[in-house]
Amino acid sequence: MSLWEYANPRRFMAITDRVVAPAFGLAFLALAVGLIWGFFFTPDDFRQGATVKIIYLHVPSAMMAINIWVMMLVTSLVWLIRRHHVSALAAKAAAPVGATMTLIALLTGAIWGQPLWGTYWVWDPRLTSFLILFLFYLGYIALWASIEDPDAAADLTSVLCLVGSVFALLSRYAANFWARGFHQGATLSLDRDENISDVFWVPLLFCIAGFILLFIALVLMRTRTEIRRRRVHAITIRERAT
Amino acid sequence: MPDLGKYAVEVGLAYGVSLALLVGIVWISFVQSRSANHDLDAAEERWKNG
Amino acid sequence: MKSLLVRDLRLAVRAGGGFGLALAFFLIVTVLVPFGVGPTTSTLVPIAPGILWVGALLACLLSLERILATDWEDGSLELLATSPLPLEALVVVKALAHWLTTGLPLTIAAPVFAVLLNLPGPGYPWLVASLAVGTPALSMIGTFGAALTFGLKRGGLLLSLLVLPLYIPTLIFGADTVRRGVEGLEPGTPLLLLAGITAGSIAVLPFAGAAALRVNLR
Repeated sequence: MSLWEYANPRRFMAITDRVVAPAFGLAFLALAVGLIWGFFFTPDDFRQGATVKIIYLHVPSAMMAINIWVMMLVTSLVWLIRRHHVSALAAKAAAPVGATMTLIALLTGAIWGQPLWGTYWVWDPRLTSFLILFLFYLGYIALWASIEDPDAAADLTSVLCLVGSVFALLSRYAANFWARGFHQGATLSLDRDENISDVFWVPLLFCIAGFILLFIALVLMRTRTEIRRRRVHAITIRERAT
Repeated sequence: MPDLGKYAVEVGLAYGVSLALLVGIVWISFVQSRSANHDLDAAEERWKNG
Repeated sequence: MKSLLVRDLRLAVRAGGGFGLALAFFLIVTVLVPFGVGPTTSTLVPIAPGILWVGALLACLLSLERILATDWEDGSLELLATSPLPLEALVVVKALAHWLTTGLPLTIAAPVFAVLLNLPGPGYPWLVASLAVGTPALSMIGTFGAALTFGLKRGGLLLSLLVLPLYIPTLIFGADTVRRGVEGLEPGTPLLLLAGITAGSIAVLPFAGAAALRVNLR
């Protein structure tokens, strides 16, 4: 069955009707396993002490923050090219989830770095890039909220998403350039690339899976909400006409 | 409870804030879903009877 | 195309057109900062490049709302859209008019304001160079933002929210060019990157802006 079959709102509602609840269930399960295992049953890090436990929230949320924007980019393109309403509404639905993930990544990143840096915020290139991404999410959500006509809103926010994506990439590069340019010597960014030994890795995988499943459950439920809202909007317009 | 040692505040804060935000977005999404469901049922009722 | 440009420039220069507004705002920011951070030269010198660039950026932002909204309100935008002029060209002309009335005056006036902030000597040519290269990007990006929001009530606030994150790379490289010039490091790299942003914006954003215009004029 081609993916485009889901593009029909009615089909989409029918198919997703029985997916949302199990998705939430699985997400909760994966998160519970990952977080409990990671929090209670893994050792402290030699250098970072117990703060390494923040990894189980920081890494998955940071991954989701970026991947959700990519998903919005793809669905925006699908809307612009194939005019599938479900696609446009899925992007709209995903944005607040993405913004929340970005916020979680920012806060956990800042808190994790506090013992290392001595303050709760430092203009580290990675944190800065996420802050900029957060602003992009806010702008996108604000634009959807400002435009009354649903199709116009879908079009304009899609264009914003496209242009924003280019500038987000540009900002990532610029932020790296900018932070290094301040003669701060060794980079202060949290070294996520350090070898994560197996003892941390498996619970982390559960957490990543949990976040992904949670996102899927949320975006499906929220898209269904948007489809319903759109239908209400259509009925209201027809009522006014008669 | 594992001995979080001197980092108890940081770890606690990080977990607290993250879980609060996750619960928040899930809860808001549920509320919005219920509200849209309600509005749609009402609108379709009006449309059928109107 | 030329007549549209001339018309826009004339409108901007006339009273209430906002021509002097950007310069005045730039002056205000430049004067306010020392009151905020203290008058010590050693405080002002390191932040001067950044303040000048932020001031220029905010001054550009101030005049963006007008470039499409006023034409929209009196109906002339719709007329322009039906003319044989392609929408992409319209977007470019609007951006150019904005730059000529905002970015260019800022670039020329900047050295004077830089004196108020104790910008060290070596920085001046780089200040002018970076603004000359970077303000066109600000105008182009800003015009794109205006195309998204001109039909909205209080679109100005949303315009700022949308455009400011887009301005960040330009700001980073622009300010860094000046800073490096002051410190005697190699300013060519950020200046080149800045030029890249300007070139890229001018190449791509007219199409994105025209797409947004089309949607809003439907």
